Amino acid sequence: MMHLNTPSSPHFHGPTTITGTMLCVIYALLPGAILYAWLFGWGVIINILLAVITALSCEAVMLKLRQRPVAMFLTDGSALVTALLIGIALPPLAPWWLVFVGTAFAIIFGKHIYGGLGYNPFNPAMVGYVLLLISFPREMTTWAAPLSANTGGLSLLESLAYAFGGSLPAGTTVDALTMATPLDTLKTELGLGKSVQEITTNPIFGALGGADGQWISLAFLGGGLWLMYKKIITWHVPVAMLGTLAALSLLFFAYDHDAYASPAFHLFSGAAMLGAFFIATDPVSGATTLKGRLIFGAGVGILAFVIRTWGGYPDAIAFSILLMNMVAPTIDHYTRPRVFGHQRDSDG
Amino acid sequence: MIRQLWKFHGGIHPPQHKQASTQQAITKAEIPRHLVLPLHQHIGESAEPCVAIGEHVLKGQPIACPQGYISAPIHASSSGTVVAIEDRLIPHPSGMSAPCIVIETDGEDRWIEHSPEAPYTEIETSHLRNLIRNAGIVGLGGAGFPSYIKLNPAGKVIDTLILNGVECEPYMTCDDMLMRENPQSILAGARIMQHALQAKQVLIAIEDNKPLAYDAMQEATANDTDIEVIQVPTLYPQGGEKQLIKVLTGKECPSDGLPLQIGIVVHNVATAAAIHRAIDLGEPMISRIVTVTGDGVRQPRNLDVPFGTPMQALLDQCGGLTEDVDRIIMGGPMMGFAMHSTDIPLVKTTNCILAATKDNVTPPSHVMPCIRCGDCASVCPVSLLPQQLHWFSRAREFEKTQEYNLFDCIECGCCAYVCPSNIPLIHYFRYAKTEIWAQEREKEKADLARQRHDFRQSRIDREKAEKAARLAKKKAALAAKQPAADKKDADKQDAIKAAMDRAKAKKEQQAAAKNTDNLTEAQQKQIDDADSRRAATAIPTAATDDKGGQNT
Repeated sequence: MMHLNTPSSPHFHGPTTITGTMLCVIYALLPGAILYAWLFGWGVIINILLAVITALSCEAVMLKLRQRPVAMFLTDGSALVTALLIGIALPPLAPWWLVFVGTAFAIIFGKHIYGGLGYNPFNPAMVGYVLLLISFPREMTTWAAPLSANTGGLSLLESLAYAFGGSLPAGTTVDALTMATPLDTLKTELGLGKSVQEITTNPIFGALGGADGQWISLAFLGGGLWLMYKKIITWHVPVAMLGTLAALSLLFFAYDHDAYASPAFHLFSGAAMLGAFFIATDPVSGATTLKGRLIFGAGVGILAFVIRTWGGYPDAIAFSILLMNMVAPTIDHYTRPRVFGHQRDSDG
Repeated sequence: MIRQLWKFHGGIHPPQHKQASTQQAITKAEIPRHLVLPLHQHIGESAEPCVAIGEHVLKGQPIACPQGYISAPIHASSSGTVVAIEDRLIPHPSGMSAPCIVIETDGEDRWIEHSPEAPYTEIETSHLRNLIRNAGIVGLGGAGFPSYIKLNPAGKVIDTLILNGVECEPYMTCDDMLMRENPQSILAGARIMQHALQAKQVLIAIEDNKPLAYDAMQEATANDTDIEVIQVPTLYPQGGEKQLIKVLTGKECPSDGLPLQIGIVVHNVATAAAIHRAIDLGEPMISRIVTVTGDGVRQPRNLDVPFGTPMQALLDQCGGLTEDVDRIIMGGPMMGFAMHSTDIPLVKTTNCILAATKDNVTPPSHVMPCIRCGDCASVCPVSLLPQQLHWFSRAREFEKTQEYNLFDCIECGCCAYVCPSNIPLIHYFRYAKTEIWAQEREKEKADLARQRHDFRQSRIDREKAEKAARLAKKKAALAAKQPAADKKDADKQDAIKAAMDRAKAKKEQQAAAKNTDNLTEAQQKQIDDADSRRAATAIPTAATDDKGGQNT
């Protein structure tokens, strides 16, 4: 008698896998990351590589400690996405330990302490990023100036020397290599009583956002649209988040365009695009129902605008997303879709 | 005229694989040596045998009678002798056995005397339903619900009778081939059903991946004004009754209700053909068209198979199984179940036998944690949240699963199909459902036991009270009779008590004296020596005990 397998139905499975999904996210991030490195120098590449090495090592150690299959989870690509996001989010001129601490905290405390892939209530990359932002405010706000704004930037070797030894070539100072970001500049100078018009005559501002940053934002927008086309993400979170951010900034911009930045500036500076398409769309820590995703995205948009405009930080995507992560389960509970054949108001 | 169609939520487009079994016309399967007819072939009550072992039966002769309302008779699918009525393997996911009637065929395939009924328009509708019931007709699309029940309008005005020719499961082509080859029989059956229901219109739905079937049905109904053939875009699980109603009419059948309540009745196209044969030819339902397909069988095709044919006999007629067959699925790859053996008879609800090789099905792969991507929710045809249901099922939070409407799940498998983590979601949901059923049965039992206990307790209490009342009455009567005797009795009682007290005091004095009191010095030493010896032997015992404790 031949042996017949008797697994339960369905006997078919579609082509999607977690690894495939994560790889798509990585592909979609690459154009923006490469452009970022092109415009801001080798530091970006060093950050990303350091983050990747740290993330994969921590992931492997944690899986081993938790007695989970190491190879299976290491190849799922999720740690790689976290690493890539941290690498992109950190200032391009960062000491090695900053990247290491942020990434290790993200993987160990942001992810594995909660049970690993699928169980983390907060986006791990944002947990690591916010830890750094609160603990090392000086390092985290020392942003490399774009290459276009300074005299050539650092070579690969010089960047490595800075990242690992903290030493700069003779005749260069940190001040010469860094400058305030457009969001930072806007915040500081608005505080000094200047009008938005005056502030944005500074060459670091471009037509949309920052002179250089706006191109990176456009690249992330392109990557995000491709993810939507590939059905890796749904439109709900990005549209709700960017829509809310745009609507709020338009409202205030129309009210007083000297005191408030334009919607275009809000959308194309800082981490708005990166956050909208790659971080707020993290399925594990976000809302899972479609209506819930609209609320989640809108919440991120509102918080981002509020913190940017009246809060203590120039950019606020990380805080906004973590705050919304907290309420995601509640949002899911109250946004259950109407089940086929049920009355519309049957469930709370 | 282009008809407006609606959409149900979700759905998927799995690969179709329908070509292999549609290359040949439907062939008539051979009569096997033995026919094994399970008494329970569909939803509802089993039938009761009405033949004896050793009895000769003719083709079409009733051999088991329906029991109860939701039940259907079973007929001999060929002539022969009843050789056994016993437990045999039946088609069931658990591979269980159940009572079957076994007929050894005589090869003559001789019909019982039968003749066409009167033209259906002249038959009273209740009698028409009786005839359909007596012909043993059950729904041939899926669960096999006795058809006569679904032909009773039960006082409702039936607006639409839908004939389901959607056949959305991959690999399955039995309805497709029937529509291509014999559209007239379906049409004839449809008219009978329309008459029984007094339905205003008949819609025949066919997915657009079956153009030949559509053309054939279209041609057959060219002259009908109230029967319309509708092509619907291919989308799994459109063949689900409530999903199809939504697509064709835009109406949503209530979750806990029947389509009848919204004036709609749905039957499978093959059921219509069976009803046509029952009324217009007088033949009961004794065979059906079955798709035998998959790369695991050498000659895939559709056959008209007598009920009770062992699956192995059927596979042999299709060239037999190949070496690399992985599993044999009864039904389609999305909802069918894999069978433990080929020693199983074909029953009224068997629409497809899929002999699948490893390439035909998805091999088992690692299950990853849920990442809450929500793909499952976006394909769910009933708008459930499988990601949440999975979470609650795993945690055994069964109340929550019900709050999230677990019992609306039709187990179509769309969620598991798209899950990037490869989670066997349907398996979890079946598990949760059976656990809930088990709990409910337990609760019913417990409730019943409690009721019995409460009743018993109240009976005992009542009896006690009655007894006490009787005694009190008796006592009162006695007391009234002889009040003088009481004084004498009391004196006697006092004397007895005094004697007992004296005896007790004496006993206490004796018990206080011990053998070891007032010992001599020599006696004391003897006792001490004995005590120390006992202590010395006790130590090693304790040590071994300790060691034993450490080892464990």
